[in-house]
Amino acid sequence: MATSSLSPKRDARRSLLRVSPKPTLLLGLLLLAVFLAAALFPAQLAPYEPAEFDYTAIMQPPSAAHPFGTDNFGRDVLSRVIWGTRIDLQIALFTTLFPFIFGTLVGALTGYYGRWLDAIFGRIVDVVVVFPFLVLVIAIVAVLGPGLLNMYIAVSSVGWIYYARLVRGEVMVQKKAEYAQAARVMGYSPARVIFRHLLPNAVTPAIVYLMTDMSLGILLGASLGYLGLGAQPPTAEWGVMIADGKNFMVTAPWVTTFPGLALTAAGLTFSLIGDGLADLLRPRA
Amino acid sequence: MSEALLRVENLTKSFPVKEPLFGRLRGSPKRVVRALTGVSLEVRRGETLGIVGESGCGKSTLARCLVRLHEAEGGTIEYDGADVRALRGGALRAYNRRVQMVFQDPYSSLNPRMTVSQTLAEALTVHRVCPPREVKAKIQELLELVGLPPSAAQRLPHEFSGGQRQRIGIARALSVEPECLVADELVSALDVSVQAQVVNLLLELQEKLHLTVLFVAHDLRLVHHISHRVAVMYLGNVVEVADTDTIFARPQHPYTQALLAAAPDLDPAKKSVVAAVRGELPSPLKVPSGCPFHTRCPHAFDRCTREKPGLLPHVPGHLTACHLYDAAERHRLAKGEALQT
Amino acid sequence: MSDPVLSVRNLSTTFATPRGALQAVDDVSFDVLPGEVLGIVGESGSGKSVTLRSIMGLLRPPTRLEGEVRWLGENLLRASRERMYKVAGGEISIIFQEPMTALNPVLTVGEQILESLYEHERMSKKQAKARAEELLALVGIPSPRERLGDYAHQFSGGMRQRAMIAIALASNPKLLLADEPTTALDVTIQDQILKLLLRLKDQLGMSVVIVTHDLGVVAQTCDQVAVMYAGRIVETAPVSQLLRSPRHAYTLGLLRSLPGGGVRRQPLLPILGAPPNLSDLPPGCAFAPRCPYVSDACRVRVPPLVEVAPEQRSACVHHDLLPRPGVAA
Repeated sequence: MATSSLSPKRDARRSLLRVSPKPTLLLGLLLLAVFLAAALFPAQLAPYEPAEFDYTAIMQPPSAAHPFGTDNFGRDVLSRVIWGTRIDLQIALFTTLFPFIFGTLVGALTGYYGRWLDAIFGRIVDVVVVFPFLVLVIAIVAVLGPGLLNMYIAVSSVGWIYYARLVRGEVMVQKKAEYAQAARVMGYSPARVIFRHLLPNAVTPAIVYLMTDMSLGILLGASLGYLGLGAQPPTAEWGVMIADGKNFMVTAPWVTTFPGLALTAAGLTFSLIGDGLADLLRPRA
Repeated sequence: MSEALLRVENLTKSFPVKEPLFGRLRGSPKRVVRALTGVSLEVRRGETLGIVGESGCGKSTLARCLVRLHEAEGGTIEYDGADVRALRGGALRAYNRRVQMVFQDPYSSLNPRMTVSQTLAEALTVHRVCPPREVKAKIQELLELVGLPPSAAQRLPHEFSGGQRQRIGIARALSVEPECLVADELVSALDVSVQAQVVNLLLELQEKLHLTVLFVAHDLRLVHHISHRVAVMYLGNVVEVADTDTIFARPQHPYTQALLAAAPDLDPAKKSVVAAVRGELPSPLKVPSGCPFHTRCPHAFDRCTREKPGLLPHVPGHLTACHLYDAAERHRLAKGEALQT
Repeated sequence: MSDPVLSVRNLSTTFATPRGALQAVDDVSFDVLPGEVLGIVGESGSGKSVTLRSIMGLLRPPTRLEGEVRWLGENLLRASRERMYKVAGGEISIIFQEPMTALNPVLTVGEQILESLYEHERMSKKQAKARAEELLALVGIPSPRERLGDYAHQFSGGMRQRAMIAIALASNPKLLLADEPTTALDVTIQDQILKLLLRLKDQLGMSVVIVTHDLGVVAQTCDQVAVMYAGRIVETAPVSQLLRSPRHAYTLGLLRSLPGGGVRRQPLLPILGAPPNLSDLPPGCAFAPRCPYVSDACRVRVPPLVEVAPEQRSACVHHDLLPRPGVAA
């Protein structure tokens, strides 16, 4: 009885993805593939060594030999942008991975248990959000000393808060849903209720934010590189490259433009993917 | 049939109101919503006890206290001789296996990311209802029991209609082989034409599995149809309990009388122009003193405002919490105004 | 018999959705006589609420409206925007299911009544205030003068619905449309609101159209009933006739599925299956897949609504096969 409206047999996994991915998501994935290729095989793709000086070709405009031109040491800008991809994707990953995992965990626990755990979390948030993010990170790096590792530590120690806030709010909504109550009446352990039932339904906004955060992470890495607090010269890193080229912005704009474009494209990539994932991950009502 | 399986005595529960910071700074006293103010009730093995009342009467809170979703503040819950409020850990899990709940909202009561078979398999494995290699067969058995096709197992909740989702919810509750089912507004979110299907299923399952059912609902016609006995709740209190036929034919409490009169009858000839009861439900933030119904009761006298009536058997087997049925009051009133029952 | 105030003819409402056109109302025709209460009953997705919104001009392109909505002889679907402003919310008022969302949370109830009064009538501030107080008293709100300054959230559910009715009445409507006016309310409050609507109808000489899913509400308030299923009217009749002797298999099934008719704790007689999906309707009668009386003739074409008894119209191919005194509980 009551089965006439059931559609023919369909695999559950496929129906999870029943919304066909948007073209913007596909574009984002395509761009990501390009960046990954550059990050994984820079030696094969780059025409020159990234740190190779060529005093015979200083500040050359883009040409057939140097498609992106050369900088003030005669280094090939294209090669440096390609090698920089590896560093900048690494920055995107390492500035977000820990905050995502730790923040999601904290958010899930505070959202589920509430009370004193939530109160402690609330006070930490109050303290942290008073300072602008960048100011706080710069302060921590200044204490620890410049360099990529210290930058990761600085960003991670602050960045998890944002994930925790997102997940906490979502878990608080989801735990009132009847399926979560049903899981409790089933006598399931809190761990099972949280990780098997609540988190899969609460983590979507955090994943979407992760994508945005990755592009922000790259920008942050570049900013700190630019300020001399992140990657150190002569490492090929987009922010460092922009900082190096800033004095010749008028005479040799290509030195700053191309790493800038790479930065923008990487940001766009993650935004497109984040946007597309948000659609895909939304459960069907 | 007369043995009490579940006995609730003087149960209380309140929820603190989240005050805005401004109010707290002004030093306003902490306010609480008094959801249950001393509920006493008995559920007999194998029966269907209907619990009716309007929004805010505490019927859902009571249901949730019984399965320990909410922790009651005072009073006792006794199930088959055990003190339910004291259960912890494994004992609580064992209790939850015996007393299960089915929820109201077909759109939120199933985990949207789990297929029907995942949902059922989880319950079967966690509670070790059957050996792992029999889980698949058991799932098919459950689906058949609630009238769903075998192919339903591999689907996600969004692929089902509201009525079918309620069947899945029932299958989930039954997977752990409970003795007692608490059904909170089981069919009220469904279209009328589908409600009857689910009601029939519940009746059939109760027969087949010898379930004890607590049927919490606001639809009097439905409660009348499926309950052996009915408890009427008002503002956190049980005001009347009796056999279904008795309560619908000879309601004693003025609130029950009003509730029955207010339910729209299907017979247009019974059309009346006068509302069954005046006034609005008082806010559960400010439960009236004495009898909670005195603010709307056509028979209220001064004792009602002072003293809360106990739930007493003024007629054998028919409990009513109303001063009108107190022997002394009856005598006093008989001399004066005529009592309308 | 007097002329109808509202006369809907062949109304069709089609929504544009990302997955294509969705016809929510399909060829609906009915009349509302002066002083009459018409009930439109149906389950979710039957098109009953969309019908009301179509009459009120609340649906804007790309939603497509066809047919005629004749208000005192004038086709509202052709009326100018200015004219519609005068009629909808003026001569025709509407109240909704959820007063909390229908009332403006940042204006007091008094301000919302005044707004409607100024919109439709020339009057001084003093007159308007007095009239607003009168309206609140009319709908049974105690101490109306004080409550004019209250916001919607300061009212209880039943009082909010009363306040919404007062706002709807401010324009002196000749027709009140009520979209599930008591569905969100408790049964004792529902009873009060329904009785209030009936009293106001007589007192103010209005006609009323009530949209509901509850046959009990219909029985207690309506003179005429139209039953809707999958966007179409499948049966119309005077209320007692419809409940006593339904002539459409769906109406019959709906009445039979209600508890109260048979023996307690015995199986009810449900309608099998689920309400249809509007974007995937079967050919012919939309009820055919769930109908116990179905035959090949039902699937050939959409059966028209025809007179099957005095004052009773049905769109059921097998209206004469249905058991004849039906089950009115």
